[in-house]
Amino acid sequence: MPSNSDSSLKILVIDENPIRRAIIESGLAEAGFTAVTVLANTTRLIDHIYKLDPDVVLIDLENPSRDVLEQMFQVSRIVRRPIAMFVDKSDKSEIEAAIEAGVSAYIVDGLKKERVKPILETTMTRFRAFARLQAELDEVKGALKERKIVEKAKGILMKRRGLDEDKAYELLRKTAMSQGKRIADVAHALVSSADLLED
Amino acid sequence: MADAAMGAAGAKPREVHVGFMPLTDCAPLVVASELGFDRSHGVKLVLHREVSWANIRDKLAVGNFDCAHMLAPMPIAAALGLGRASDLIVAPMALSLNGNAITVSLRLYEEMLAADEAATRAGGMSAARAVARVVRARQQQGREPLTFGMVYPFSCHNYDLRYWLAAAGIDPDNDVNLIVVPPPLSVDALKIGRVDGVCVGQPWNSVAVAEGEGVIVATKSELWAMSPEKVLGVREDWVEKNPSLLSDLVRALVAACRWLDEPENRREAARILAQPRYVGIAEQVLLGPLTGALVRGGRQADVLDPDLVVFHRGYANFPWRSHALWMLTQMIRWGQVREPFDLKALTERVFRTDLYREAVAALGVPVPAEDAKRESVFFGNESFDPDAALSYLRDLPIRSSGADLSAFASLNP
Repeated sequence: MPSNSDSSLKILVIDENPIRRAIIESGLAEAGFTAVTVLANTTRLIDHIYKLDPDVVLIDLENPSRDVLEQMFQVSRIVRRPIAMFVDKSDKSEIEAAIEAGVSAYIVDGLKKERVKPILETTMTRFRAFARLQAELDEVKGALKERKIVEKAKGILMKRRGLDEDKAYELLRKTAMSQGKRIADVAHALVSSADLLED
Repeated sequence: MADAAMGAAGAKPREVHVGFMPLTDCAPLVVASELGFDRSHGVKLVLHREVSWANIRDKLAVGNFDCAHMLAPMPIAAALGLGRASDLIVAPMALSLNGNAITVSLRLYEEMLAADEAATRAGGMSAARAVARVVRARQQQGREPLTFGMVYPFSCHNYDLRYWLAAAGIDPDNDVNLIVVPPPLSVDALKIGRVDGVCVGQPWNSVAVAEGEGVIVATKSELWAMSPEKVLGVREDWVEKNPSLLSDLVRALVAACRWLDEPENRREAARILAQPRYVGIAEQVLLGPLTGALVRGGRQADVLDPDLVVFHRGYANFPWRSHALWMLTQMIRWGQVREPFDLKALTERVFRTDLYREAVAALGVPVPAEDAKRESVFFGNESFDPDAALSYLRDLPIRSSGADLSAFASLNP
């Protein structure tokens, strides 16, 4: 658990993805950080930052509004406290790790990096967990889609060639093998050409 | 042109990873890859579409990319340690000139017309005079100051917009608010009144006009003919490790730029760029900014300006050190850099005219005799002499008090 002064560091999380936003927020809460604000809409980002005056800003790399934060490197009328990048030239492996996880951290100039490190680490872990979840979900979705297209191809073969279901599948499998392709790809080709013929 | 190209290849093309932002002027990279100018020069471009300039900078720094489509001031900012300090990025060539515009919301446009119709409708530098009247009127009435958007602190958009405002007597740091608005969000920002005007790259000005949310009051080519915009940014250590690959890369991109500058190819370019993996904006909208037939919206006269964006002619790919020097004067002018340094030495380190000359020598591409030039068709009646950068800076009427110019003088005799 962070010390009292660190647990009250004001953290702003900017992320348009509602699921990831939620898992980061809960991750930071579990790690003992109590002053976390999450923001989905970046329309008035600078106004929000001005009002909130955060010590740490975390933003996902898919967010075009990252460039808005770049404006805050210098003091100006619209910036209360200038910010810096959390990791700099000297920590190339740390920049790499953050980029790979898909997050970027900005901290108020002068804030000791050791105090912020647990925040970034928690966030990076959650980003990675989310990416894994997303990949699994995409895989499941892909598999479902493939199954549907194979079903459809089987239906076409059954109707056009008067095969039963097992024979239709067998024909798809053999064709795929002889062409060095996946069954789903052969099914896809069949379905799209059948669509063409029907029009 | 098979000569040098084939000699370099022979073997399998070498992969070069390149980051780009979805804007009209990413065309040289996209066209080089789509039409095979890369392969015919022994290079295989692998394109990475990005969403922010900060991502481009960071991914170039850690080596996710070998090179990138960059705002011309970005390599200079990196060398000065502004923003996130990174390794040295050099510019061996420019990718395009011009290509931006200043677009105002319909509300501000009406206010400008009411304040000074002639100046507004004349457009270009004159339009700023109408903005100045609106700014003063709002100050007198105690109304909210205007807010303008630009895309990145180290961008020509920022410097051009500030120059345009300041030339009309508006102090961009005190008379108006200036904020960063990422290009894809700029039309929405105009629509909801988050900003009253933006300086942004195409096609976003034309998207605003097409959606009825903005009026283009000035194009970059009207402010400064053949003015710097995007460069190819490459890490200096990569250049040192891959000298022949860099030359091949520059030649491939110059070939793409040459193709792009043939007027009859611009329609084809619009078709290619419209694809979702590139710019992803309707071909119909991309055509205007690419062919030069610009619809401005409001009551502004449409123009036919072949220089709206220039990819090759007029030494467009030459990384003029005078362009770098001018950008440095603007960084100093607006307080982005305060510590004195040797301006000329920095431009020589970052804008690598030597690399460009070497790469194109075998192609018969014309190159200028000098590395710097005087600018005279420049923000109205002004001029810029690269041999007198500091006195130019000193004479600029509005500038931030951040930098002590006398301290610069001793390092810049």
